[in-house]
Amino acid sequence: MKLFIKVERRDSTSIPLTIAVILLSLLIGFCLIAGLLAIQGIDPLFALGKIFAGSFGRIYGIGETITKGIPLILIGGGLALAFRAKFWNIGAEGQLLSGAILSTWIALNWAPHLPAVIVIPLMFLAGFLGGAVWGFFPALFKVRFGVNEVISTLMMNYIIAEFLNMLILGPWRGESRMGFPYTDSFPPSATLYQLPNSRVHLFTLILALCFAFLLFLLIYRTKFGYEVRVIGENRDAARYAGIDFFRNTIILMVISGGMAGMAGVGEVAGIHHHLTYPQMISSGYGYTGIIVAWLAKLNPLLAIISGLFLAGILVGGDAVQISLGLPAATVHVFNGILLFSLIMGDYFLLNRLLITIRRDRAEGRTGGV
Amino acid sequence: MESVIISVLRRTIVAGTPLLLGTLGEIMTERSGVLNLGIEGMMALGAVSGFIVTYTTGEPWFGLTTALVMGMLISSLHAFVSVKLGGNQVVSGLALTMLGLGISGLWGKPFIGKPLAVKMQPIHIPVLGDIPLLGEVLFRQDAFFYIAVVLGLCFWFLLSHTRWGIEIRSVGEYPLASETQGINVHWVRFSCVLLGGALAGMAGAHLSLSYSKSWTEGITAGRGWIVIALTIFSLWRPLRAFTGAFLFGGIFVLQYLLQPLGISPSFLAMLPYMATLGVLIAGGVKRERRRLQEPAMLGEPYVR
Repeated sequence: MKLFIKVERRDSTSIPLTIAVILLSLLIGFCLIAGLLAIQGIDPLFALGKIFAGSFGRIYGIGETITKGIPLILIGGGLALAFRAKFWNIGAEGQLLSGAILSTWIALNWAPHLPAVIVIPLMFLAGFLGGAVWGFFPALFKVRFGVNEVISTLMMNYIIAEFLNMLILGPWRGESRMGFPYTDSFPPSATLYQLPNSRVHLFTLILALCFAFLLFLLIYRTKFGYEVRVIGENRDAARYAGIDFFRNTIILMVISGGMAGMAGVGEVAGIHHHLTYPQMISSGYGYTGIIVAWLAKLNPLLAIISGLFLAGILVGGDAVQISLGLPAATVHVFNGILLFSLIMGDYFLLNRLLITIRRDRAEGRTGGV
Repeated sequence: MESVIISVLRRTIVAGTPLLLGTLGEIMTERSGVLNLGIEGMMALGAVSGFIVTYTTGEPWFGLTTALVMGMLISSLHAFVSVKLGGNQVVSGLALTMLGLGISGLWGKPFIGKPLAVKMQPIHIPVLGDIPLLGEVLFRQDAFFYIAVVLGLCFWFLLSHTRWGIEIRSVGEYPLASETQGINVHWVRFSCVLLGGALAGMAGAHLSLSYSKSWTEGITAGRGWIVIALTIFSLWRPLRAFTGAFLFGGIFVLQYLLQPLGISPSFLAMLPYMATLGVLIAGGVKRERRRLQEPAMLGEPYVR
């Protein structure tokens, strides 16, 4: 008896197949995580149970999951747009911080004199602008000097994080903080309403859902979105078709950065109510957002689901860290493994495996996977 | 004054060595046509595994070997996805970074803040080490530096003057033609990714065994990404990698030199990252030259 495996390119992929492959990839990912935990001497079933109980099990956990889902939905949608054009924006983390910084400036300087109805929109506008500026430069470097965007966006992350440290250790350190590296607390007009018994800042949540829908329309229903998709599919074809690479790249990175910037506003105005260390403002949302976008197949609407899912893993990861005494980096392991299993799964979306079993000249069963 | 100069130059060499090791590895990987963005993760894993083994056995050479093997092992994931499955190399590299940083944080937690009792001893090369200034700077370093230099020269010779080198380069430029010439494209690419992983692991071991002699989370501090920028800066040539690596080694040392002047430490911490951006933008001015040097099929999967 012999086993033959033949690989064929698929012409198209159906939606049920896509869903099945993604679910199977995630399942395999979780099995690998369980295996790694077992190697660490941790009962994997207990740990995985803890993750789901911590994130989706209790009311408080669900609240936390939604809270962490808000920045992930915003960032994931923005990254989905950038990745569509194969512009690898790894700088959402820095764009988030940039937005947080600029909106903090509004909160500290203007909020004491103005009502919330004016301050909050201004802060989100400033946040969008902050993120957009931090996304604009890598786009400019790319189209003007051919600078690899993965490196430039990453370097911008490090630079803005150090700049933020400089601000909170220097000129922005709060007078009422007794030497701690925080800015002063935001005045009430610069803080967002939180749902009772949770940290869910409703305004940003609604904003995130609206923008996910708007981005969906932008990608699938406008000329700009079409051009972005063509650039991503085939840059040479885009050039021959007269699509402006320069203009489209700049616009899409302004939007992508702006989305992350607004996520930064949500974090400072909705949760912390002051500016502090970068790693406190964002627990790696910019990097987790990459998986959110990839899992959502670069569709901003699906990023709502994948954003909440990965938020659940972040929250559950926190729960498991506290109860098992694991380091914060554990969540990176989960993220890395899940991302790996997702790209491996892509192979089965693009290719069809024909497995043939042959017994002594007689033709055996043929099954497609 | 002379002793200050010597000390600065010595530290520049030390700070540049992990960058050189990493860049050489990435050059080999990219020359074969595979982009590996996972250096940061492979470095971190090399740093932690090298540290743990050295700490428990007391033998830095065991640590170095472990780091090398671990770098290879984790890079095989990227090799599998990008070479065998033809998957997206950017995303796979990012996944590798997350995984490497995560695992190193997980394994390294019990070892945070523990000082290393043994270290790589500096090797005093006879005769050459006695040359004033030059001898002290270049010929009394520890083994990492000599390994990096020898590897750099080997890779240059390998790429430019041997059949293997031509095979690697042709696989990166025109895999289909290589395949018709009987070269196993997948095998060449796979082994080049593993080679890059081994060197990144070694670079990480340098950080925890020689540079800081301890393990902390975030020990790599973006060096993995700087390495990728240096690969572009060196136009994928091993000899040019020396210039870039020690230039950036100098920038890392500059941070400590400028600290007493009262400049904000956060600002000084920005320097290497701003320099990286600067170098890439400056390289973009001579864009045509860079495009000619870049492996034509970099980042493109080869499907048989």
